[in-house]
Amino acid sequence: MSDNIKVTINGLEIETQPGRLLIDVADENNIVIPRFCYHKRLSVAANCRMCLVEIERAPKPMPACATQCMDGMVVQTRSQKALAAQKSTMEFLLINHPLDCPICDQGGECELQDVAMGFGEGVSKYTEQKRVVMDKNIGPLIATDFTRCIHCTRCIRFGDEIAGMPELGATGRGEFMEIGTYIEKAIVSELSGNVIDVCPVGALTAKPSRYTARPWELTQHAAVSAHDCVGSNTWVHTRGNSVMRVVPRENESINESWISDRDRFSYTSVNSAQRLLHPLLRENGSLQPVDWETALEAAADMMIGAGGSLATLISPQATLEEQYLAQKLTRAQGSSNIDHRLTQVDFSAQQDAPIMPWLGRSLASLETLDAALIVAGNLRYQQPLLSHRLRKAVQNNKAAVSAIGHTAGQYNFALQHELAGSASRIVHDLAAVALSLAEFSGKALPPHLAKIVQGCEISDSHRAIARSLAEGSNCAVIVGSEALANPQLALLQEICEAITQASDATLGYLSDSANSAGACLAGALPHRGPAGVEVDAAGEHVGAIATSPHKLLITFGVNPLLDMHLASPLADSNESIIAISCFANEFVQEQATLVLPLAAVLESSGSFVNVEGLWQSFKGCVQSRGESRQGWKILAALGQLMHAHEFDYSDSLAVRNELKTLCSEVALSNLCGIKANSKKLPQASGPVERIGFTPIYASDDMTRLSAALQATPLMRMQASVSMNRQMAASKKLLDSEQVQIKQGKGTAVLPLRLDETVPDGCVYIPSGIDAVRHLTDAFGKISLEKVL
Amino acid sequence: MLAKLNYYLKSFLFLELLKGMNVTGRYFFRRKITVQYPEEKTPISPRFRGLHALRRYANGEERCIACKLCEAVCPALAITIESEQREDGTRRTTRYDIDLFKCIYCGFCEEACPVDSIVETNIFEYHFENRGENIMTKKQLLEIGDKYESQLAADRAADAPYR
Repeated sequence: MSDNIKVTINGLEIETQPGRLLIDVADENNIVIPRFCYHKRLSVAANCRMCLVEIERAPKPMPACATQCMDGMVVQTRSQKALAAQKSTMEFLLINHPLDCPICDQGGECELQDVAMGFGEGVSKYTEQKRVVMDKNIGPLIATDFTRCIHCTRCIRFGDEIAGMPELGATGRGEFMEIGTYIEKAIVSELSGNVIDVCPVGALTAKPSRYTARPWELTQHAAVSAHDCVGSNTWVHTRGNSVMRVVPRENESINESWISDRDRFSYTSVNSAQRLLHPLLRENGSLQPVDWETALEAAADMMIGAGGSLATLISPQATLEEQYLAQKLTRAQGSSNIDHRLTQVDFSAQQDAPIMPWLGRSLASLETLDAALIVAGNLRYQQPLLSHRLRKAVQNNKAAVSAIGHTAGQYNFALQHELAGSASRIVHDLAAVALSLAEFSGKALPPHLAKIVQGCEISDSHRAIARSLAEGSNCAVIVGSEALANPQLALLQEICEAITQASDATLGYLSDSANSAGACLAGALPHRGPAGVEVDAAGEHVGAIATSPHKLLITFGVNPLLDMHLASPLADSNESIIAISCFANEFVQEQATLVLPLAAVLESSGSFVNVEGLWQSFKGCVQSRGESRQGWKILAALGQLMHAHEFDYSDSLAVRNELKTLCSEVALSNLCGIKANSKKLPQASGPVERIGFTPIYASDDMTRLSAALQATPLMRMQASVSMNRQMAASKKLLDSEQVQIKQGKGTAVLPLRLDETVPDGCVYIPSGIDAVRHLTDAFGKISLEKVL
Repeated sequence: MLAKLNYYLKSFLFLELLKGMNVTGRYFFRRKITVQYPEEKTPISPRFRGLHALRRYANGEERCIACKLCEAVCPALAITIESEQREDGTRRTTRYDIDLFKCIYCGFCEEACPVDSIVETNIFEYHFENRGENIMTKKQLLEIGDKYESQLAADRAADAPYR
């Protein structure tokens, strides 16, 4: 650690560390230096020359963004020389910048406007023709107007350094420099929306909200994104009673300055025509609008009539308050049949599962990892910002990150080793890594596991993965959300625990949903109540709820047709169904007996517990549309009708506080000594196996109904059947052909996409999209046919 | 002493009264300046700020580009605008309402407009018979603009040298 040095900026003496950038030091001390190309999370380009400052004993003004602090440096940012330099830079920048601020979406929040006001000349001497650049179509999310570009290259650096996909670049030099995609194509990155924020001018703006609002008419509300377990912080910008856009809210420990496109553009479905606006009651086979009083009374009658034969399915995306009230209401009726684990298949070890599966460390600490093993997860498309942290570990820390999963070649950083295979294959791979690790670390596997994994073949890749974990001093095993659907979840968890213990790593569990961790704490589980307390008589888990008969099924925020893998319609086994839903999806229209309209997440107050176990509360940003109501209000009103005082809450905070008190002593540990029932490693289920994955924009109804997200090339690519050339040839299938898939009794038809990264004997088939709603499992045997 | 005498004389000789009658008499025979409204009207300055209008370009395209500066500058919050991207890709209003009950005819909207779209005509004689008619819609404003375009153009041309 070197000694601190002193620099003087505008007469203010500042103590700082040597080597720090002048602009950073000035920013920390509230000294304003104008800039365009400098961005604190991107590399230094120093090409806009706006941050020129006068430094004593330097012959010419120096760019503050590329000048390191040195001891005794005396800097003037507002001296005559500095201001003159800034003024002439501004004049040059404005030569080619069009004066179309009135029609520019950036107008009012434009860095160029602000800096021109503060540091520019009032009038222009330039009377010649301005440069014109043709706009490029770079997809359904980002609108371009490259005539406005000032060539700061922030978007290029963002693509290179943060998104990990150099999709934008510059061609030509000087006046002829143009930003573009080289070949006209749409941007594919899952973080692409952030270039809208980094662009200091109106060259890149948001397409879905184009020309609809001005910055000065917007009110901003702090919110938490609802689409993955990271819990990214966002600002929701509203005008009147409608959401106009969503932008990132800086939080160093969670999402830094970024949010994924999913978090940014999913808001468009809030005003979807599919929103449920009134309670509906099925009479003579068709749903009729009723008022809330009738609806609530009908619901209460149904619940009283059902007694203990009641089951509740709640979305893991529902807020903590909703989860807590839903389980309280279900249990108050004498039933423990409540579950949020919609995609889980193997429940054999649920008694031993962690109270709250979580990351096992902080998100920010992922950057400091030496080695990591990602198991059964495609973090890049499921938790984009968590993947970004790992990317930073690889880039800055040379971390050895390996993946044993279902998909290969998906990451935007270099993986040490990548093994991909079917659900049974990855258990084999993990077993081999565990065995190999036992050799390296000298710590024998637990006897129970050793018996199961004995005789497992170990390849060089397995050894290399094991070695990286054994050698690293700061390691993590991260179990992705695809593991939940694995038929051998318990065994997978047992092996992962063994690997974790042998390598002194941390074990982390991820989920696809914003509040899975919260759902476990709130007690939305059949065998555990709030704070993970075991209940006397365990209820039915989601697998049993879906198949066994009940008098009444309540679904909260769930679209069972797409969020779950069902063998038969829920209406077949349940006498009546109350659907508490935000959207009039097909399940609601075809199967529900009573429909209660739910407010969208941006319209409700509540809390999410993110993957680090952080409780983040938020308030509704706009009034709920139509007669839809916030989830906790619906549940509390239902509770009051039947149990009066126990459900007497004044606001969602009261619910949260009640749960918070209960959870005060929950110990978070992912290492629970899980012991699987199986005696040996699983076998492949058939010659052709399905690998089910949820496409990035099919994670919930909100993303599915967002037209902009659905139109992205990424979504179109993921909504197809992928297999390797060899498999396609053996089935006599050609690229882009329609393929019929059969699984159990269900069939689906999707276009084929050839992808050499798909392992042999496996086919990627997306889950959660309408085309595959009849398929029954995320993994398992399938057959393929050409559609004639 | 002298002041007292002066006062006394003034009171008896009706000097003030005669002075007053002098003024009355003078104006009695002067040319009259009373305007017999509504039969007669005074000339109106080209800067007069009356009823609002939205103008078009000569090719028939509406001038307004939905920049919302008039809405932002309006001190009485009388203007309401909603905008979208029109099919041809340009920025246009879908709604442009002015509440004439709120409007204080300050002319800031006209000043703020970068394309001379929203203007105040020299019409000051208008009335409403029903509640709700006070809100001028985009359609009405454009119609007024179309009707008085020649006058509007002339007024703006006359004032141009002073801007």
